Amino acid sequence: MKGYLGIDVGSVSTNLVIIDENDNLLSSHYLRTRGQPIKAVQEGIQEAGKDVPDNVEICGVATTGSARRLAGVVAGADTVKNEITAHAVAASHVVPNVQTVLEMGGQDSKIIIMRNGVVVDFAMNTVCAAGTGSFLDHQAARLNIPIEEFGELALKSKHPVRIAGRCSVFAESDMIHKQQTGHALADIIAGLSEALVRNYLNNVGKGKDILPPIVFQGGVAANPGIKASFEKALGEEITIPPHYNVMGALGAALIAKRLMGQSSNPTKFLGFELSDFEYEASSFECKDCPNHCEIVNIMVGGELLARWGSRCGKWDQLDEKRTG
Amino acid sequence: MGSTGRKKNGVKKLRVTYAHMGTSTIVFKSMLEEIGHEVIAPPRPTPKTLSLGVQYAPEFACIPFKLVLGTYLETLPEGAEMIVSAGGYGPCRAGFYGELHRRILREMGYNPKIVFFFPPLKKPLDFYRKLVKLKQGGSWVDLYRAVRKGFSQLRAVDDIEIKSHETRARELNRGDTNRAFKKGIDYLEEAKNLKEIEEARSEGLKALEKVPQNPDFEPLKVGIIGEIYVQLEPAANFYLEETLGNMGVVPRRTIFLTSFTRRDVVTHGEKEAKERARPYIPLVIGGHGQNSVGDVVHFAEKGYHGVVQLAPFTCIPEIVAKSIMPHLSKVEGIPVLTFFIDEQTGQAGVETRLEAFVDLMNQQRGNFSA
Repeated sequence: MKGYLGIDVGSVSTNLVIIDENDNLLSSHYLRTRGQPIKAVQEGIQEAGKDVPDNVEICGVATTGSARRLAGVVAGADTVKNEITAHAVAASHVVPNVQTVLEMGGQDSKIIIMRNGVVVDFAMNTVCAAGTGSFLDHQAARLNIPIEEFGELALKSKHPVRIAGRCSVFAESDMIHKQQTGHALADIIAGLSEALVRNYLNNVGKGKDILPPIVFQGGVAANPGIKASFEKALGEEITIPPHYNVMGALGAALIAKRLMGQSSNPTKFLGFELSDFEYEASSFECKDCPNHCEIVNIMVGGELLARWGSRCGKWDQLDEKRTG
Repeated sequence: MGSTGRKKNGVKKLRVTYAHMGTSTIVFKSMLEEIGHEVIAPPRPTPKTLSLGVQYAPEFACIPFKLVLGTYLETLPEGAEMIVSAGGYGPCRAGFYGELHRRILREMGYNPKIVFFFPPLKKPLDFYRKLVKLKQGGSWVDLYRAVRKGFSQLRAVDDIEIKSHETRARELNRGDTNRAFKKGIDYLEEAKNLKEIEEARSEGLKALEKVPQNPDFEPLKVGIIGEIYVQLEPAANFYLEETLGNMGVVPRRTIFLTSFTRRDVVTHGEKEAKERARPYIPLVIGGHGQNSVGDVVHFAEKGYHGVVQLAPFTCIPEIVAKSIMPHLSKVEGIPVLTFFIDEQTGQAGVETRLEAFVDLMNQQRGNFSA
């Protein structure tokens, strides 16, 4: 049987999905990236390999997420795709007539507008970090509440307090003020959920035609408080897909299948035993022209595997011996 | 530091500088030298320029203000005695930027002569006085010659740049276009008179034509709209045109200095863009806000696949224009992607959005392959 692997390496989590040729999920993993994308990919691939029956052969690999290029080299990807397209592909696979995709991840949040299965508009947060998973993580840690319980607590609130959502720094100081004047924790957390949703809709979702069906995905979709705030603000029911936290990886797996399914080329996949390799990343600043590009080298066992970062493209040629 | 003294044709030779704006920099250099000044050429903005600008500018000033201030703070310590720049009018803050730059620089102990040109037909007398200040005793004929040479050099720069955008999207070996483009610009920089400029222009275009290309590839076409500085200075817009080119897209920005000088300074028209913008925004909102709206209509009419709007963070004209974009995009049937530009220097986020935008446009023209 043929299998297809999708890998999504984000700032906070590294996710892997393997599907078979009938789009059945064979494996799904959600790991923390912990600032070490190469290691996370190696571990994830090894874990995923354990889930896959012996008769399944990986015939295509796609990577996505902010470390997609790096992950592509480590895994041996057949294609490298941006996460906006990957999320859209996954959402329309799960809910074929989806018109709006809300996605909140670790460092960024996005909105994707789709019509008839085609992306017609999208936006990602730009100048503001409020409304992302990292900020929720940070607030949960500060209040000493496990992040898993954070959203449930918000649902208990009867009178959410108003928290400034424009900027995470303002939000935090507002939360501290309200907490110090004696508001209940549940009301503060519910207020924060509303503030994040308000900020998201006002910033990322500004001017977008948000029509149902609406799918909410990404790590933050685990938070029922945020879901409730979205439903309240939009007046629409919101669908959270079963694999909401690995949708980018699912999208990548579907893209890998689309690409390699009809192809006669063999996959570039390096196998499930990657963890044996010692990868080493290094960088240097090229001073050959005023651009001063930062060049990244990826080495395996002292041998140069990939290199990127130059605007002129000359360092992409691996036979250039210099590495720093 | 004292003045550099007198030249024999009567010009009081000064060390002059100006803001860096993309490739046009080489033209200003030769134009000012032609008038008889010594030029302290501004370096291309770097993270250091940005840090300098951010440190001394008001917090909520926009990125063009900060980068230009940072640039002055790099050239003034090298002995620049006069700054030449252009100012705007209408409700955009940029109209005050020249004065604000002057005051900030003065507080820091710099006291350069400053010549800010405003559109001549708005204030003809002011324009005349500034020309007198610029020529520093030189003859009007010499000034005219210098400006004429500068104009034809600028046009040649723009011609070569437009050609390079068409070539890059189809090039077979990444980097060939950049090298050919640089060759063309180097020729132009050395050209001494109108004849040599014409030769350099045609040599530059020839070099680009020689770049091996894929003749069967049908690139996407994307219009670039928005505020002038972030359109013209690649260091401020994440090298947008080059990045798009590497993705197989032919970009076409709305502002070139030649068209700007033709439309904004000599005649105060830009009538076409404003005419097209009228159904959506019938009043002047300053900066290039109204143009941005009209230009989207224009690109839709011309069969472009999408538009990228470049806006400095906190730029009111572009914020107003952006709020019209969702409606405009739907009515005109052309996707629009907006970038608000501030202090961030990470290229990765921009690339992610551009890649997704390219996917979106390919899907819409019906040849999307995952």
